[in-house]
Amino acid sequence: MQFGFLLEQVVNGLVLGGYYLLIALGLSLIFSVGGIVNLAHGAFYALGAYASVEITKHFGFGPAVVLSPVAVALLGIAFERFILRRFYTADPILSLLVTFGLAMVTEQAIRMIWGAAPLSASIPPAFRGSVFLGDFLFSRYRLLILAVVAIVLLGVWLLLHKTSFGRVVRAGIQRPDMVAALGIRLQPYMTAIVMLGVGMAALAGAFFAPISIVHPAMGSEIITVAFVVVVIGGLGSFWGVVLAALLVGVVRGMTIHFVPAAGEASIYVLMFLVLVVRPRGLLGERIEKFE
Amino acid sequence: MTHTTRRTLLKTGAAFAGASVIGSPALVRAQADKIKIGHLTPLTGFLGALGAYAQLGIRMAQEEINAAGGVMGRPLDVLSEDSVNPATASTKAQRMLEQDGVAFLMGEINSASALTIMQVAERNKRLFLQIGARSDALRGKNCNKYTFHVDIPNTVMVNAVGKALVRENMVKDKKFFTLTADYIFGHDLLNAAKRFFGANQGNLIGDELIATDVTDFSPYLLKIRQAKPDVVCSNLAGNQVTNLIKQYAEFGLPYPIVGFNLNTADAWAAGDGNLSGIWPTVWYHTLDVPASKTFVANFIKKNGKPPENHAWIEYVSLKIMAQAINETKSTETDKLIAYLEKETEFDILKARKGHFRSWDHQLMQEAYPFTVKAKGQAKDQWDLIALGAAVPDANEPLESLAPTREQNPCSL
Repeated sequence: MQFGFLLEQVVNGLVLGGYYLLIALGLSLIFSVGGIVNLAHGAFYALGAYASVEITKHFGFGPAVVLSPVAVALLGIAFERFILRRFYTADPILSLLVTFGLAMVTEQAIRMIWGAAPLSASIPPAFRGSVFLGDFLFSRYRLLILAVVAIVLLGVWLLLHKTSFGRVVRAGIQRPDMVAALGIRLQPYMTAIVMLGVGMAALAGAFFAPISIVHPAMGSEIITVAFVVVVIGGLGSFWGVVLAALLVGVVRGMTIHFVPAAGEASIYVLMFLVLVVRPRGLLGERIEKFE
Repeated sequence: MTHTTRRTLLKTGAAFAGASVIGSPALVRAQADKIKIGHLTPLTGFLGALGAYAQLGIRMAQEEINAAGGVMGRPLDVLSEDSVNPATASTKAQRMLEQDGVAFLMGEINSASALTIMQVAERNKRLFLQIGARSDALRGKNCNKYTFHVDIPNTVMVNAVGKALVRENMVKDKKFFTLTADYIFGHDLLNAAKRFFGANQGNLIGDELIATDVTDFSPYLLKIRQAKPDVVCSNLAGNQVTNLIKQYAEFGLPYPIVGFNLNTADAWAAGDGNLSGIWPTVWYHTLDVPASKTFVANFIKKNGKPPENHAWIEYVSLKIMAQAINETKSTETDKLIAYLEKETEFDILKARKGHFRSWDHQLMQEAYPFTVKAKGQAKDQWDLIALGAAVPDANEPLESLAPTREQNPCSL
C-alpha cells in the first residue's frame, strides 16, 4: 500500500513537471539561441493567465486556452522586435536588467488594469473531480494538462528536429557565425523562437489559472522554479529540459511525502547537487559562444 | 569576457529572479498643521490582495474625516506604504517615526511583520494600532503596552467556527487533518485548533506545515487521501487559502473541508462553486446593520466593488483613532493609551459596539461563522457566503470567545 502511495506521488510529480516544462522550455530556447536571460518570462505566463480569464468570461474555456497563448505570442513579436533585438550582442547584464525591469513594469501594469485582488477562475464542469485508475487517484483536469503538454512537446520536438526551421535554429545555437556565413539571417528565427517561448508560457498560465491563484505577482513566483529547471537540464538540450522538469516535479512530491518541511527547499538542493557534479547541467551541450 | 559571463549569468539568474522588490519611500512634504499617521500594510506577496483593500478602507476614512473638517481642526495625513516583509516593515516604521514625524503607527496584516513593528513602537514609546494580524501571540506572550489590536485573534476564530462545528456534530470522535501556514500566524492558529480539538474530543490525525509561497498543493492532497480523515481543516493564510480551495475542488476529495481562517478576498478569488464548508469571518458586506450598509454603499460608489473585511477594519480603525484624538485633544502617546485603556466603546458598524480590553489591549467584538451559499442563491459574484448569527450571542459578554486571563500570558 505504501508503495502505491509513493507511485501516486511520482505520477503526480510528473504531471506537475509537465507544467514547469511549458515555462522552462521557452526560457531555455530563448537563452540558447539569443543568449538572453529572459527574466520577463514569468510576466508572459501571468499575461496568459489573465488573458484566458478574460476570454473565458466571453467565449468559454476552450477558446480561451487557444486564443490567450496566440495573443501573448503576438505580443512576443513586439517584445523581440523592439526590446530583445537590441541586446543580442550587448553586455548580457543589460538584457538581464531590461527584462527584469519589464517584468516589474508588467506586474504593475496588471495591478493597474485588473487590480491587486486576485481574479476568480474555475475548471470547466466537464473536467472537475478525479478519476480512479485501479487504486490511483488522478485529477481529471491535470490529466488534460498532461495531454496538452505531451502534444506541445511532440510539436516542438518535431519542429526542432524534423524541419528546416529547426535545423537553422539548432545550427544557430552552436555556430551563429556559420549560419551567417551561409547567408541565413537568424533574426526572423529569433522572432519565431521568442513567439514560441512566450506562447508556451502563456499556455501554462491559461491552463493553471483555474487551479491556482491568478494575481499580479504570479509571474515572479514561477520564474524561479523555471530557472532551476533550465539550470538543472542544461543548455541547448531539448531532452535536458524535459528530464529536469520531470525530475523537479517528482523530487518535490517525494520530499513532501517523506520530509514535508523540506518540500520547497528540495528543488534548490537538487540544483546545487547537479551543479556540483555536472556544472553544465544534466544533458547540457558545450556551446562555444557562451564559453 | 562577456562570453564567459553568460553562463554564470544564468546560474545567478535564479537568485536574481527571486530578488525582492524594494519599496520606494513616499514623498513627504512638511506641513506643520497636518496630523501625520504612519500606515504599513503588505501590498505585495501572499497577503498583497488584502493589503490593497486595507489601503482603500483607510483612504476612505481619511477623506471622510478631512471633508468633515479633520480632527481638532487639523487634516489627517496617512502615509501608507508597502510593508513588504518583517525586516522592511520595522525599518519603515522606524523611519516614519524618526524622519517623517508621524504621531503614531497603524496597519499590518502579516503577524510576523506586526511583531517587528510592535517592537519598534515599544522601543520608541509610541502607539501602534495593530489592525489586521490575528496571531494570538501578538496579544499574548508578545504583547506590549504601546500596541492595541483590532482584528479578532486566532482563538476567537477557532471558537467562532468551533461552536458551529460542535452544533453540526462534526467534532466529537472525528478525525481531523489540518494544513497549516508555516509562520507565526499558522503555528499559533494550529495551537488554538489543538486546544479546541482537545476540549471537544476531536482527534488530530495529521498536520502539514506549508510554506507561504507554495502554489501547488497536489502532493499534500494525496497525503490527505492516504490519511482518510473525517474532516479537513485549513489553518492557512492569504493566497494559500485560495490555492487550497481551488485544488481541493479540483481533486474532488470526499472529506468535508472547514477552516479556522479566511478573508473574503481569498474566497472571492476561489472561483465559482469551489468553496464549501464552515469558516469564520470578522465582518462581511452583507451584514444587516444600518451603519454597515451605509459604509458598503459609499464604498461601492467610490470603488466600484464591495469592501472586503480588511477595508472595513481599516476604515473603523482610523475612525477609532480620530475619536481618540478628538476626545483627548492630543496626539500624545500616553493620553491616547489611557483613553483606549478606559474601555471606551466604539461604533464599529456592527450590532454591538466594541471596546479594547484593558489588560491585553484586544478589541472585543462580534465575529461570525459562515457557510457557502448554494449555487443559484448568490445575487452577484461577491454574494458568496451566508453569514451565521453573530457570536457570542447577544446575551453573552463579548469576552466569552476571547482567550481568558488563564489562557493568555500577556502582562503589560
